[in-house]
Amino acid sequence: MATKIVMEALSPTMEEGRLVEWKKNEGDAVAVGDVIAEVETDKAVMELVARVAGTLIKQEVEAGATVPVSDVVGWIGEAGEKTGGKTEKVEEVERVERVEEGKKEEKAGTGEKPEKAEKKPAEEKAEEQPAETKAEKAEQEAPAERPASAAGERVKASPLARRIATERGVDLSGITGSGPAGRIVQRDVEAAKAGPRAEPATAPAAASGPTGRTITFSGEPFRDEPLSQIRKTIAKRLVQSIGPIPTFYLTTVVDMERATEAREALNALGEGKVSFNDIIMKATALALVQHPACNAWWQDDHIRYWNEVHLAMAVALDEGLITPVIRHADQKSLREIAAEAKDLAGRARERKLKPEEYTGGTFSVSNLGMLDIDEFTAVINPPEAGIIAIGRISENVVPASEGLEVRKQMKLTMSCDHRVIDGATGAVFLRTLKRMLENPLAMVY
Amino acid sequence: MPTLTYRDALNQALREELQRDDNVFLMGEEVAEYNGAYKVSRGLLEEFGPRRIVDTPIAELGFAGIGVGSAMVGLRPVIEMMTWNFALLAIDQIVNAAAKIRYMSGGQFGCPIVFRGPGGAALQLGSQHSQAFESWYAHVPGLKVIAPATPADAKGLLKSAIRDDNPVIFMEGEMLYNTKGEVPEGEHVVPIGKADIKREGSDLTLICHSKTVSVALKAADQLGKEDIAAEVLDLRTIRPLDTDAILGSVAKTHRCVIVEEGWPYAGVGAQVAYTIQHEAFDELDAPIERVTGADVPMPYNRALEKAAKADPAKVVQAAKRALYLES
Amino acid sequence: MAGTATKEQRPVKPDAATLDEWRQWLRMMVLIRRFEEKAGEAYSLGRIGGFCHLYIGQEAVAVGTISALRPEDYVISAYREHGQALARGMSSRSVMAELYGKATGCSGGKGGSMHLFDAGLHFMGGHGIVGGQIPLGAGFAFAAKYRGTDQVSLTFFGEAAANIGAFHETLNIAGLWKLPAVFVIENNGYGMGTSVQRSSAITDLFERAASYDMPGVVVDGQDVVAVRKAMDDAVRRARSDSSPTLLEVRTYRYVGHSMSDAAHGTYRTKDEVDEYQARDPILVLANRMREAGALDDAAMEAIEKDVMAEVEDALRFADESPEPEPESLWTDVYAPRPASRAESRDN
Repeated sequence: MATKIVMEALSPTMEEGRLVEWKKNEGDAVAVGDVIAEVETDKAVMELVARVAGTLIKQEVEAGATVPVSDVVGWIGEAGEKTGGKTEKVEEVERVERVEEGKKEEKAGTGEKPEKAEKKPAEEKAEEQPAETKAEKAEQEAPAERPASAAGERVKASPLARRIATERGVDLSGITGSGPAGRIVQRDVEAAKAGPRAEPATAPAAASGPTGRTITFSGEPFRDEPLSQIRKTIAKRLVQSIGPIPTFYLTTVVDMERATEAREALNALGEGKVSFNDIIMKATALALVQHPACNAWWQDDHIRYWNEVHLAMAVALDEGLITPVIRHADQKSLREIAAEAKDLAGRARERKLKPEEYTGGTFSVSNLGMLDIDEFTAVINPPEAGIIAIGRISENVVPASEGLEVRKQMKLTMSCDHRVIDGATGAVFLRTLKRMLENPLAMVY
Repeated sequence: MPTLTYRDALNQALREELQRDDNVFLMGEEVAEYNGAYKVSRGLLEEFGPRRIVDTPIAELGFAGIGVGSAMVGLRPVIEMMTWNFALLAIDQIVNAAAKIRYMSGGQFGCPIVFRGPGGAALQLGSQHSQAFESWYAHVPGLKVIAPATPADAKGLLKSAIRDDNPVIFMEGEMLYNTKGEVPEGEHVVPIGKADIKREGSDLTLICHSKTVSVALKAADQLGKEDIAAEVLDLRTIRPLDTDAILGSVAKTHRCVIVEEGWPYAGVGAQVAYTIQHEAFDELDAPIERVTGADVPMPYNRALEKAAKADPAKVVQAAKRALYLES
Repeated sequence: MAGTATKEQRPVKPDAATLDEWRQWLRMMVLIRRFEEKAGEAYSLGRIGGFCHLYIGQEAVAVGTISALRPEDYVISAYREHGQALARGMSSRSVMAELYGKATGCSGGKGGSMHLFDAGLHFMGGHGIVGGQIPLGAGFAFAAKYRGTDQVSLTFFGEAAANIGAFHETLNIAGLWKLPAVFVIENNGYGMGTSVQRSSAITDLFERAASYDMPGVVVDGQDVVAVRKAMDDAVRRARSDSSPTLLEVRTYRYVGHSMSDAAHGTYRTKDEVDEYQARDPILVLANRMREAGALDDAAMEAIEKDVMAEVEDALRFADESPEPEPESLWTDVYAPRPASRAESRDN
């Protein structure tokens, strides 16, 4: 029976090897210990030696091929003997385990996470302010009495106080804490048990937290959300599928009749020109406010949802392109956006932008309409999760309520990072954007 | 009961164990003819001769390993490190050999050995001679770590350490050698792994060991003047930790300050605090406080050195934080 | 007081007892060779994990030295110790099972390739920190002297370990205290990939004995008869005079430092490896026996066959042996009871 020659693990961390050169030809006799081939591992060029004697009856791979450990590279047997073919693998549970171990080790060795580098300014800011100070500040702003049962507000109590309260059926929410920052401690629960408290507990209005549906100003520029298991799986699988950024594309046709009218009217005022691009950017910024799920950064182990909209716009340069950023684009008027875009684009072409002017975007817009492109797909600018590609406005014959009519239309194509944005998420955002452009009043509604 | 110094209590323990078991011998730098750098082995050469009381060259790694080898084949060496600072040169033999022989050999070989000597800061000896290594060795499975605070405990625990079948790290307090206390005569053995309440109290627990026991006792005196009853719990053994004693005291007082000479980062107190929060979470009425040596190499300057050490005032302050009396 | 280099011995007419001994050595060297080849194969198939340092080419060192000892003597080594364990009489089964990490291994699967132990045979372990075993070896000798027995302690280490502090501290003490020890420098030319010439100020390492007031001897490590002769002298000094010897045995490893190291190409040439293979220790002894009329092809084939059967049996045994019980994770940390489990598991 022919014996297979497998790609051996010639180093503890080797997962595959490149067969550099066959040292024996098909038909050659081999003795135990003979060098059959040279193999390049992750560390060195090593020799693959014969484990049995006989004739090299088949070379399953060609020199230069990279072969996973345990895969068959050839066969030794008696001349003319049949072989099992290339796909046969050695049953090796342990082998797989060790390769896995090796991988882990490698990761442990080199994968030091740059946690400090990742620390964001807001976190640092939060850390600088001790929890108690913050709580005290909150206390000053709140009515003098502690909140009784403000919905969702955590009652601060020591573990012992909680245990005693549970045992005795005392409601902690009715107790005023005497510890730091109003922490309820043992003596407070003991006192409460001794007799009902005299002080009435009044509840201040609880601040409503961010709902997630729309961006509400919370004082923090963004919110980091840990990855759920499903999101991790989506991220992993999709990256395996199409590359580091699993991008998908959504295209919609936008009727630009009203936007055209609005623009003409605005420009007729003679107070500076507004371009279609400005209008689209303003609409995009406002649509992002309604769909914060698209206004986000992929951060490998979490997703950063921005509470601010910083819109990057692609500007073509002679030797490439650059994406200046209009900060807080959602809060700026169309006129402000127009002026800022013009200034940024002009200085971009003169290469006079400062780094902070072309970094930190949360979403991008790219427009090739002026170059007569009908539609295109733009490449995502990581860590952003989305970019809108704008085609030209063309006059098309479309069905109308009666017969046909000619309408000004434009195609928008959104590229989405699927790790952050799912199909439907992107679609509803794009629908909002489309509606805003088709009915510019919606922007101020 | 006779009153002895900590030094003489250790000497008594060594003498009694050398008399009891011929397999016990003392080895180290200056232990024989010089009578010990700190005179712990005074008179032993005279009584037991150079076979049992062995002077070595200055070669910590070498003689520590010779001790480990002799323990593997059944002797019971007591290896004196002139100070624990120098034991860093021998730490490969302590951690990679002594602590692991039993495990690596699948239980075929034991290592009944005691490494002993003074640790912690004395006075103005500078960075390289003033440090507490308890947490270093306590980190290692296979080792036991002891740090007695009183003459009686020093004697009783050293006898237990010599009789123990495991490698034992026995850390004496350099500043404690001259302290005095009553020491039972003859067979006085203190079990390893048992903490001791040095002062009873109900308002909070001061957990300490070695030199910080006296610091905690002084702090407890001061707190007592303000009608605060502090309990002083001397760990005595760092590994294995007497978890029952710690939890028992915390269940009584609900508040706790951990005092140690060593540095704070990953120190003994960090482990004790973890144990308390994990095992007695619902007993805590306040966050656990720690008082440690400052997180710096020890300075030479007298005032700076004082500022770097745990002292009663710092313990009192920490106690008041734990009692919500001060922030 | 450096000693003299021992030249290859060629007795005119070996007697029957000698030939009998040679036959045992030959079988042991072939056993080590085949055992290691199979261990290498098992490693490349993932049956053996971690590091695996093979002894191929150095067989005469283990066989020539250990055969000179009595059962009550002590042997300790570093991490390339499979051959020494076998030469000391540990079974192929218990060593192979340990390489496989099985419960039936000599260390219960907790030691692995680098930590083979056998208390009954006074095989005091393979040790993984270069030079770390040298003071332990002196410790056994110290204990023998302390108790007044005539046991001898044999410590193996590589030539690269002769540059580490533990070597110098220990040899100084051993010379000072006249310990009954034999320190064998197993000089295979390379500490991983660094040659003696690139790592040591003097390349005749046995001369370092002069600093420690003990005889320094060098011997050809490819000739088991010469190794044994030199070792006999060293053991006699230790047993009768309680005095240590530094014995440098010059040998060669054909294989890489460990399994992830190329056999040649980076730090040494193929020619160099070939040159040494021409002086293969098995070949050298076999030729000597053939000259004495004590070995023919049939006899050699019989040895090979017998050895292969033993190694195959060891592989099968290791393969079929059970994994250690999960509970054994917690045993043997402390004596007499396992470590407090709650304490260990918390962390």
